Amino acid sequence: MATKKPESKSLENRERFYYTQDRIAEKPFNWPQMLRLLGYLKPYSKTLLPAAVVALLVNTAVRLFVPILIGKVAFDRVIGQRDTHALYWLVAAIAAMYLINLISNYFRIKLTNKLGQYVIYDLRKVLFNHVQKLSHRFFDQRSAGSVLVRIINDVNSLQDLFTNGIVNTLMDLIQLIGILVIMFTLSWQLALAVLVVLPIMFFLSTKFRRKIRRAWQMVRVKLSKLNSHLNESLQGVRVTQSFNQEVNNEAFFDGVNIETRETQNQAQQKSATFSPFVEGANAVGSAILIWFGSYLILNSGNVTTGVFVSFAFYLGMFWDPISRLGQTYNQLLMAMASSERIFEFLDEKPIVKDSEAPVSMEHIKGTIDFEDVVFSYDDKRNALNHINLHMNAGDTIALVGHTGSGKSTIANLIARFYDVTGGSVKFDGIDVRDINLEELRANVSTVIQDTFIFSGTILENIRFGRPGATDEEVIAAAEAAGADDFIKQLSNGYETEVEERGNILSVGERQLLSFARALLANPKILILDEATSSIDTESELKIQEATDKLLEGRTSIIIAHRLSTIREADKIIVLENGNILEQGTHDELMVLGGKYYELVISQFEALNAS
Amino acid sequence: MDVFKRLKDFYWPYKRFFFGSLFFLFFVTGITVLYPVFLQQTIDKVVNKQNYGYAAFLAIGFILIMIVKGFSAYYQQYWGAKFGINAVYELRKALYAKLNTLPFRYYDNARTGDLMSRLTQDVEGFRFFLSAGMSQLIRFIFMVTFSLIIMFVYSWQLAIVTLIMTPFLTFTVMKFDKKVHPAFRAIRLSMGRMNTRVQENISGMNTVKALSQEDEEIKRFAVTNEDYKEKQIFTANIWAKFFPVMEFIGNLCVVVLLGFGGYLVIHSSMQPGELIAFFSLVWYIMGPLQDLGFIINQFSQAKASGERLLQILDEPSEIESPADAYSPEKIAGKVQFNHVTFQYPNETVYALKDVTFEARPGQVIGLMGATGSGKSTITQLIARFYNVTEGQVLVDGEPVERYSLPVLRKSIGYVLQENFLFSSTIRDNIAYGNPDAKLEDVIDAAKRAQAHEFIEGLPDGYDTVLGERGLGLSGGQKQRISIARALLVNPSILILDDATSAVDMQTEAKIQKAFRELMRGRTTFIIAHRISSVQHADEILVLDKGRIAERGVHSELIQNPEGLYRRIYDIQFKDKDILEARQNAH
Repeated sequence: MATKKPESKSLENRERFYYTQDRIAEKPFNWPQMLRLLGYLKPYSKTLLPAAVVALLVNTAVRLFVPILIGKVAFDRVIGQRDTHALYWLVAAIAAMYLINLISNYFRIKLTNKLGQYVIYDLRKVLFNHVQKLSHRFFDQRSAGSVLVRIINDVNSLQDLFTNGIVNTLMDLIQLIGILVIMFTLSWQLALAVLVVLPIMFFLSTKFRRKIRRAWQMVRVKLSKLNSHLNESLQGVRVTQSFNQEVNNEAFFDGVNIETRETQNQAQQKSATFSPFVEGANAVGSAILIWFGSYLILNSGNVTTGVFVSFAFYLGMFWDPISRLGQTYNQLLMAMASSERIFEFLDEKPIVKDSEAPVSMEHIKGTIDFEDVVFSYDDKRNALNHINLHMNAGDTIALVGHTGSGKSTIANLIARFYDVTGGSVKFDGIDVRDINLEELRANVSTVIQDTFIFSGTILENIRFGRPGATDEEVIAAAEAAGADDFIKQLSNGYETEVEERGNILSVGERQLLSFARALLANPKILILDEATSSIDTESELKIQEATDKLLEGRTSIIIAHRLSTIREADKIIVLENGNILEQGTHDELMVLGGKYYELVISQFEALNAS
Repeated sequence: MDVFKRLKDFYWPYKRFFFGSLFFLFFVTGITVLYPVFLQQTIDKVVNKQNYGYAAFLAIGFILIMIVKGFSAYYQQYWGAKFGINAVYELRKALYAKLNTLPFRYYDNARTGDLMSRLTQDVEGFRFFLSAGMSQLIRFIFMVTFSLIIMFVYSWQLAIVTLIMTPFLTFTVMKFDKKVHPAFRAIRLSMGRMNTRVQENISGMNTVKALSQEDEEIKRFAVTNEDYKEKQIFTANIWAKFFPVMEFIGNLCVVVLLGFGGYLVIHSSMQPGELIAFFSLVWYIMGPLQDLGFIINQFSQAKASGERLLQILDEPSEIESPADAYSPEKIAGKVQFNHVTFQYPNETVYALKDVTFEARPGQVIGLMGATGSGKSTITQLIARFYNVTEGQVLVDGEPVERYSLPVLRKSIGYVLQENFLFSSTIRDNIAYGNPDAKLEDVIDAAKRAQAHEFIEGLPDGYDTVLGERGLGLSGGQKQRISIARALLVNPSILILDDATSAVDMQTEAKIQKAFRELMRGRTTFIIAHRISSVQHADEILVLDKGRIAERGVHSELIQNPEGLYRRIYDIQFKDKDILEARQNAH
């Protein structure tokens, strides 16, 4: 995508390559958005959610209760009074509680994860399905990468929140409050003294941690730049070697590599300062316990050795929930950014929609009419100006003109990838906007210039045109398209795996596959948009011969640069700047001696000049 | 271990960070295990002996050693990280340089996705191991040793009780690890599949919509989405099964310690503070034990990552400049093929079989033939992107193998069939082969390639930044930029590989005119499907399955009614006669 340069730099220190860098997104907490997000829990509000909460309540209760048994009860009541009999009972009781803990822990982990994964599954499904339905205009405005990031990364970043975040927050809050209540009940003086460090701990786990997280986000930004360049240099390695730019690229890469190293070092340094502070806060708490705790044991009645031991346990349990809550809080802020991006997509409405009462395509033969059609991609410049044209069912119509003359736009409107800005496009007199969209698309196949080969076998790639087709049908289509020859020469024939974008295939071979794909779809209307630009003439002839028969009974629209491929058309339409300049058969237009004639001349210019 | 030894060059120069980190690790772990000792002292020496003055000493002492610990923890962590980061910096540098020089042969069979995962995940995995993994293993040893020493000092009976419990935990941990790591790998793979699925879907959206396969895509995605969910839940269930058990074993140890220790305290053979100390000490052993499997697994993963990286570094680059490379000032541009036979590695058919021809400086050679007939292969052998299987390729009478590669390739200008443009400004894309070129020269090249007009029309003109893969420009525009790119290097040999297939006819006519001027004084190879592109060539080679089927000039070739060339000519020039008749009539 042609994007503006981030900032204008003097020519001397401009960068050799530019990569889009993510901004570090942080959104303030937003309740309506949070509620919308929590809405995805609703399907499970009577099943998984309550079950998970019960499990975690039992789990937390055991955790909170055991330190009293091991501390206060064990040391004051049992050991202090030298009661061996009670000791056995106590041990049995604690063992029983741990057993309950074992079981509830099992269910807690199992259920919270299940809940989270179901929610994430739902969210991703809704998002992906929605994106499929969006119109071309949506994709025109965005790079593939930015859409990918939302479906994969943004949803992933909500995963932790839903699996652990929400449920664990509940657990941590209960645990924290429980510890406070118990500590204050055991000894409010000691509790108060020990809790001096509480604010420091909260500060560390929120503000301080956020600083560290920012540093890590910088690392991710740098890493993504580094990886973008790596990816690009791998894809463009042939060009680089052809142009001898290995050394220059290495210099650029070294710069990025150093940047990455330095940001990583900084982030690590910030992270490393974290632990001394946590240790410090813990140390202060423990020191107060030792000093003031022993003072209270020696000087007051209600603090005993057992209480002291319980306190030591609780103090040890204190940092974890605070740390996790801080983490969840940070997670929540990130989730705000992610969910905002996800909801932005979900709120995007498909522009091309089915009408209220769609007409079936079944009885449509394929007559196409453009009635005073105006179309603009950007509402600034018209790509088509008041176009009127008629195509008979079963005819082959060729569109001729410069890049940008409106040829592809006409094809796009027939396939209803866009809706007209003014006027109407009609099939057999019915406005395309009233025709069932799904049927329309199934009956209008386009072979596009930049065809996409999916990773999978050749067979699967051709079958993409009609997923229900049998192997025989697929092979028949490949034969008809003239693709059979080269496919058979591949190492595994039709079972050869091709990479995404079809690495091992030449441009011409990819076009042949795409042709086979469209033939398999067996549409009423076939559009060939520069479909054969890179196929050698011999192969093209093969395709032509085979498809002449296939085109019979179908309305076909051909956009091509080579006159030889379009001279047989029933009608040739010459376009310029969104207007129809002239139309007629090859012979008629040659007699006319207009633009078409000029175009033909220009092709033979070279020949005549000799 | 061999892997680590062979990668030594990358990390050993930074060993000071590693050993510094280890030095501080000793203090960190040593001080950690002292906390229970302070508790014990408080109970046994302060409370039970009613010696309150000692409490102040303990509290202050504790804070002091914790300061030391904090300081040590900082350096232990930071230096450890630095060790890994710096090593990986060197490693990346070496990998990048290597990948830049690997021959085409390597890339014919390599998948970008696989290479990227090595360059990202494996490099990162290796860094993590150097930064943290190795010291975790040492931390484990320190922690367990220190804790055991203190335990034995306090009570050998309880220490043995603890030791008896450890095999149960170790057994569970090992079993867990055996199950959980494949499960994690399955998640990663599933995520990778989902990523590919979505990426293809979005990148191929035009194709999806053109064939109206949205619902099919939704169905296909549901399968991957479901799979990912199942893999996640499967893994979570392993956790749910094992993790509570591990915790339970530790807890059980506490219970046994309480029972047995309580009994000892009641019978006065042990101090209560010592028992309390055990409750902390036991977790210093059980905790690291729980992580042991993780650590060992990290070690084996780092080893595997290292192996995958070494594979790249060890890859032979058979195409290199020879030691006493021939580096002439200027190459005149004579190209000879002497009985050249070429076979792509891993393929059974010959791409070229016994091809012989000669192009004198300044001559134009047209290459025609069906897709896969060997046209591009010929041009790639001239720049020595591959080594020939048999025969010889000579430039200016010298075998290409003798040349310094930069010198040879600098004198060859390529317009490749697939116009890869970089994420850079249009100016830098045109100047790619000649980064020091002046703006005037860039504009001049663009004008000659008929690209100037549309570039001027872009919002930022020559400073417009193109995204990855140069999206946003039409095929024809990309093609013209890459033509300008080839022109700017001012090559002696120019290769036009189907260079004008995506431009419209009028533009092509203009470019052709420009080409004719450009070809003057350069040896030019034109690969084309259109007769009009090659008819002026000094020699046209018509290839069929790697062999030269026909050769000659245009006027000779069209005389052969059975020939391939004549057949193509007839298809493309059906109108010629009619046209000429009409022209005469006008």
